[in-house]
Amino acid sequence: MMTSFLFRALDARAGIFLAIMAAAIILVPAANLLAPEGSAFHVPNYAVTLMGKYLTYALLALAVDLVWGYCGILSLGHAAFFALGGYAMGMYLMRQIGTRGVYGDPNLPDFMVFLNWQELPWYWYGFDMFWFAALMVLLVPGFLAFVFGWFAFRSRVTGVYLSIITQALTYALLLAFFRNDMGFGGNNGLTDFKDILGFDIQADTTRAGLFAASGVALVLCFIICRALTRSKLGKVLVAVRDAESRTRFLGYRVEHYKLFVWTLSAMMAGIAGALYVPQVGIINPGEFAPANSIEVVIWVAVGGRGTLVGAVLGAVLVNFAKTWFTGALPDIWLFALGGLFVFVTLFLPKGIVGTVSQGWTALRQRKVSAAYEAGSDVPPGAPPQSPGATANVSATKPNPTPSASAGAEPQPAE
Amino acid sequence: MARATSLLYLDGVSVSFDGFKALNELSLTIAPGEMRAIIGPNGAGKTTMMDVITGKTRPDSGEVFFDGTIDLTGEDEASIAELGIGRKFQKPTVFESHTVWDNLELALKAPRGPFATLFHVITGGEKKRIEYLLELIRLGGKRSELAANLSHGQKQWLEIGMLLAQDPKLLLVDEPAAGMTDAETAETAELLKDIANDHSVVVVEHDMVFVRSLGVKVTVLHEGSVLAEGSLDHVSANDRVVEVYLGR
Ligand SMILES: Nc1ncnc2c1ncn2[C@@H]1O[C@H](COP(=O)(O)OP(=O)(O)O)[C@@H](O)[C@H]1O
Ligand SMILES: [Mg+2]
Repeated sequence: MMTSFLFRALDARAGIFLAIMAAAIILVPAANLLAPEGSAFHVPNYAVTLMGKYLTYALLALAVDLVWGYCGILSLGHAAFFALGGYAMGMYLMRQIGTRGVYGDPNLPDFMVFLNWQELPWYWYGFDMFWFAALMVLLVPGFLAFVFGWFAFRSRVTGVYLSIITQALTYALLLAFFRNDMGFGGNNGLTDFKDILGFDIQADTTRAGLFAASGVALVLCFIICRALTRSKLGKVLVAVRDAESRTRFLGYRVEHYKLFVWTLSAMMAGIAGALYVPQVGIINPGEFAPANSIEVVIWVAVGGRGTLVGAVLGAVLVNFAKTWFTGALPDIWLFALGGLFVFVTLFLPKGIVGTVSQGWTALRQRKVSAAYEAGSDVPPGAPPQSPGATANVSATKPNPTPSASAGAEPQPAE
Repeated sequence: MARATSLLYLDGVSVSFDGFKALNELSLTIAPGEMRAIIGPNGAGKTTMMDVITGKTRPDSGEVFFDGTIDLTGEDEASIAELGIGRKFQKPTVFESHTVWDNLELALKAPRGPFATLFHVITGGEKKRIEYLLELIRLGGKRSELAANLSHGQKQWLEIGMLLAQDPKLLLVDEPAAGMTDAETAETAELLKDIANDHSVVVVEHDMVFVRSLGVKVTVLHEGSVLAEGSLDHVSANDRVVEVYLGR
């Protein structure tokens, strides 16, 4: 059962992606640690951390693609789950500081001493243990998503209304985490981390390790998403995306499916946040900013929603551009991002990966037709059966009419 | 007929939208194994009646029972489908970005929970059943085609196929011949008659030729209640029916 489940995850496209990821996971740390500085192969420390950060963004984008690309839930609040995972990790890292803080208190983080708190709040208990923090990285976003989804999906909130309440969710958390009396460091958040699992958080080897961990997490979550979306469950998700009420009349409990992927997706976002925080060295309420969640949606749209690989690609490309822009032309980045979104929406509605794979299938189809005319007995239009249910890829044939393909577009906002 | 021996039993069902009575004290009984045609002018409440039976719309008052004992007014769409009531919509609704094959596989009677589908591996029996249905709805050659690329009539047929794949006890079929050519309409009538051999069927249709070719008992709806019931010839002879509907 499990093997056939995982076996489904693998095909050519996934294979290429996994090979690239494996190479990056091995080569980047190796080139950073082994190649001597000044050598052409040396990857500088800042680049390792930067790429590690991109990988965590890619994981966040993957989580958004799972709910938006496959199930039509346009979440504009996924940064909330990311930030919660980040805070859980941040709390662990704060507890690791111990007596090395400015005030030298063995139990209380500096900001609590500063606020004259006498003892650790109950919800900070346990975060001195890594396993506990790691569990919370999954459970806190997962639980919040479950409760939120339970109410939202059961009352059949969909489309823009759902998107708006996800924005409200992240905004409410933003305001809450800004408050000093919440006990999460208020405005400043959590920072000044010293070490993680006993390793110095600034050390080259730790940074390379965090990069590799981010890569491995991305790969594992990708395989899970891939296996999931290619299973019958994945087909149900796409059915929900395209014709929700029809799916209900077939006897599927749509709210259970939504709740399942929504919660899973939130947990993945939490993992991404937890890997992000030790690499950037800080987590503050700014991560809950509604604009962050919207940016993630843009990454996915650029890469191609409903393709998984596209989400990863979009996140890396857009953030690479962002890094470059904010260095070279800081003032125009937001305009560039907005312009990119408009461009993609108008001219590349399937995103990069969706467009490329559509072109590729069209090409292959033409070859098959040519072979058929040349006397081969494989008729055109009889490609291998059941091509998974990739949202934006008309997998078997180029669409003969534009209107027919327009009908197949997911309509996230009803 | 008594409720206990009926397959579907509606009694005094009323539904209003903003004060407008779409169904008005509607009473209707379908016997096990029966095929029934429902006709009536636009806005008579035919689709609303199906909405009530399938749990999409809650009636303001009245009783709806399935299999004599199951009260449908307390159930939602998914559980009503699980109980064995399948529905074809007036506007054909298939899953456009799935292939014809996948559309049928999704409809196939099987456990419906997320964990069941997550680990589901298609069985030989299921494949056979899909092959059989493809044959029946004449879409065998289109099995790998995306449903979006089907013609209107083919979508109607695919949806009928999906209905059968669910293996329901009762099929509710809303205007199956809408938008079909005369030849397709005739074929659809044959298909439905075939299906009626081992299912109970309620068909809503405007096309009189179609209804006549079914040769079954007809119920005429008007303004949310039953105006007449009987053979097509019998109801055609009814003055009120002629006035509101056939005479137009
Ligand atoms: N959801 C709704 N809201 C308001 N009015 C509705 C709704 N559904 C149906 N109606 C009205 O109820 C009446 C019956 O509609 P319907 O059952 O679709 O008729 P039929 O299928 O017989 O043509 C129509 O006048 C229609 O406008
Ligand atoms: Mg109607």
